Amino acid sequence: MFAVLESQVLAPNLHMLTLEAPDVARQAQAGQFVILRAEEDGERIPLSLADWDAAKGIITVVIVNVGKTTDRLTRLKAGQAVPTVAGPLGRPLKIEPVKAVCLVGGCYGVGSIYPLARAYRRQGSRVLIVLEGKSGFAFYWEEKLRSIADKIVYITRDGTRGARGHIDLLPRAIEASGELVERVIANGCNHLLSEVCTATQPLGLPTQVCLNTLMIDGTGMCGVCRVTVGGQMKFACVDGPYFDGHAVDWQELFQRRQSYLREEVQSLRSSAGMEECL
Amino acid sequence: MSENHPQSSNPTPRKLDLIRREMPKQAPEIRIHNFDEVALGFSAETAIEEARRCLKCKNPQCVAGCPVEIDIPGFIGAIARGDFASGTRILKDKNCLPAISGRVCPQEEQCEGACILKKRSGELSIGRLERFLADWDATQAEVSLPKIAPPTGKKVAIVGSGPAGLTAAGDLIRQGHAVTVFEALHKMGGVLVYGIPEFRLPKAIVARELDYLRQMGVQMVTDYVVGQTRSIESLLEEYDAVFIGSGAGLPWFLEVPGNNLNGVYSANEYLTRMNLMKGYLFPKYSTPIVRHKRVAVVGGGNVAMDCARTALRLGAESRIVYRRSREEMPARLEEVENAEEEGVIFDYLTLPTRYLGDERGWVKAIECIRMALGEPDASGRRKPVPVPGSETIIEVDAVIAAIGNSPNPLIPAATPGLLMGKKGNIDADETTGKTSLERVWAGGDVVTGAATVILAMGAGRKAAKSIHAYLSGQM
Repeated sequence: MFAVLESQVLAPNLHMLTLEAPDVARQAQAGQFVILRAEEDGERIPLSLADWDAAKGIITVVIVNVGKTTDRLTRLKAGQAVPTVAGPLGRPLKIEPVKAVCLVGGCYGVGSIYPLARAYRRQGSRVLIVLEGKSGFAFYWEEKLRSIADKIVYITRDGTRGARGHIDLLPRAIEASGELVERVIANGCNHLLSEVCTATQPLGLPTQVCLNTLMIDGTGMCGVCRVTVGGQMKFACVDGPYFDGHAVDWQELFQRRQSYLREEVQSLRSSAGMEECL
Repeated sequence: MSENHPQSSNPTPRKLDLIRREMPKQAPEIRIHNFDEVALGFSAETAIEEARRCLKCKNPQCVAGCPVEIDIPGFIGAIARGDFASGTRILKDKNCLPAISGRVCPQEEQCEGACILKKRSGELSIGRLERFLADWDATQAEVSLPKIAPPTGKKVAIVGSGPAGLTAAGDLIRQGHAVTVFEALHKMGGVLVYGIPEFRLPKAIVARELDYLRQMGVQMVTDYVVGQTRSIESLLEEYDAVFIGSGAGLPWFLEVPGNNLNGVYSANEYLTRMNLMKGYLFPKYSTPIVRHKRVAVVGGGNVAMDCARTALRLGAESRIVYRRSREEMPARLEEVENAEEEGVIFDYLTLPTRYLGDERGWVKAIECIRMALGEPDASGRRKPVPVPGSETIIEVDAVIAAIGNSPNPLIPAATPGLLMGKKGNIDADETTGKTSLERVWAGGDVVTGAATVILAMGAGRKAAKSIHAYLSGQM
């Protein structure tokens, strides 16, 4: 069992969970993820590592509450435990020697880009962070991000924080920042990731995205996470999770994510005691 | 062959009755609606009768046919005398997982295939007798633990808790070494737990064998992905020797259009959802499965049979699509017969050329081409060649690719200096399991590519022997 050390609401529907997982913390590198289970009969879900401390033996993940397992995870309190924390999984992100990098985060990605920003900062790149959200309330960890970013730009759909609009404002935000951005890296929902790629393609800016696929084992065994990148079959768990976003077959990714939509709703309802609504 | 003979005072009458005893099974019409074990095992009486058929050959071919060299006439003789306790001790002396191998070993190709009775009254049911003893032993109040040597102070790390790793662990712990098994998933057992279905190998039996190893002192660590959580190099700092038995992890898919449609699974995914994650009990267990109506399984091995029979039990019309004919199928005959009895449809000489999808991206049909058998190929089996113009369409809502696996790439990728073979397998010595790295051994599917449980157990045993020799300074 892996002890929950801290559980905190970061924003509406977004939670932070800090867990005791010394073996994972010791090995973790920027860009990797873990597989968690919330309970003994539970499914295995992948979550990006948002932070870790090898000395303290702890890891932190940010969770958006969208289904049965994430719901269970967000209800956990300090002192409780989860049965599975496996990782760190996936390939570490290769930190390129660029003058400036632009990190885009939305939803749980606001937290998950933190280790990437830290790694780029450490190797001497300037770091521009672009955060996208529905409204100003969707942002968190602002001090933490400010401590390692050279600039932070906000985009909100309702204009309550920063520029009003969508992530298609990204090219303008990069230009306005005056930073010599040579690479864009994004973490968040697949929709955000594909929009980021659409926005950066005309600029010819290399763009890496952390794909959200279904997973079971997370070690290359089951193949449910397969994606097509550059016309080739890749497994997000062992070949990713970060890929060249301009080469990803997005339509296929969206389609495969829908595989268990009906069952996910059924699962959520039955766990909430709402079977009669089915 | 049977003949009447008077009761004699001889305690082991030689020609009591030579007819091979059948093992009772659940009736097909019942078992297709449950996940309980199909084969029900011998009663004590039947086991004794069957054991008495043994001819006690001076030079037993069955032992030569066994990858783990079990003293087969020894334990069979004990059963014939009704001395199950001695039989168990003899069996467990060479095999720490008898309840498992008694169920899933391809005995027809090994011990039973070599049995001298085969051409006379039918081979002795060695596997079923092995299973009988293991199951009898489990009902005893006290499980008989083998003798364990005094502690040597040496530590061995075993990577992967499948049949190779568990066999190596069992052998090494008996030699007095401290053994820790690291498993990537949340349950111990590897393919025995995630791959082989409940109806063929009940998970309670795997749990029992794991308990037995625990009682012998084997340490077990789950959720530990060696290669990611910790490197082999780092394990070598703490352990005197490392055995890698990480299995055949990376599934193959047919290279046909439509591979990534929804409803197309690897056998690994399908079976893992069902077995490890208990998807058939969804939503009580959280891992979702879709209730398919028409399932096609591509492939002809044991894994294909497992998938087809699982789909059937979930209420689907289930078929095997195989490019050669029944004779060439690599699956055990017993499993093929079970599948046939249960109503699995077999489309032989049929090769998928394309998966067709609906407007929502779900597979709705397979386009296939008929095959004819030509000249034997490298595998010695007649090579299937497409018959032009013979395309057909099979309507399905799920396809399961059960066409094999490559060895899992995580450890090789994370272990500099570990020599690899052409197919992504770890290069290891066939007789010792030694790899190119000092103090590192490997065995099972990660070395051979996907094979059988007993071959993996045999590899685990060979490596354990070599590791023990190394640790006791004999090499």
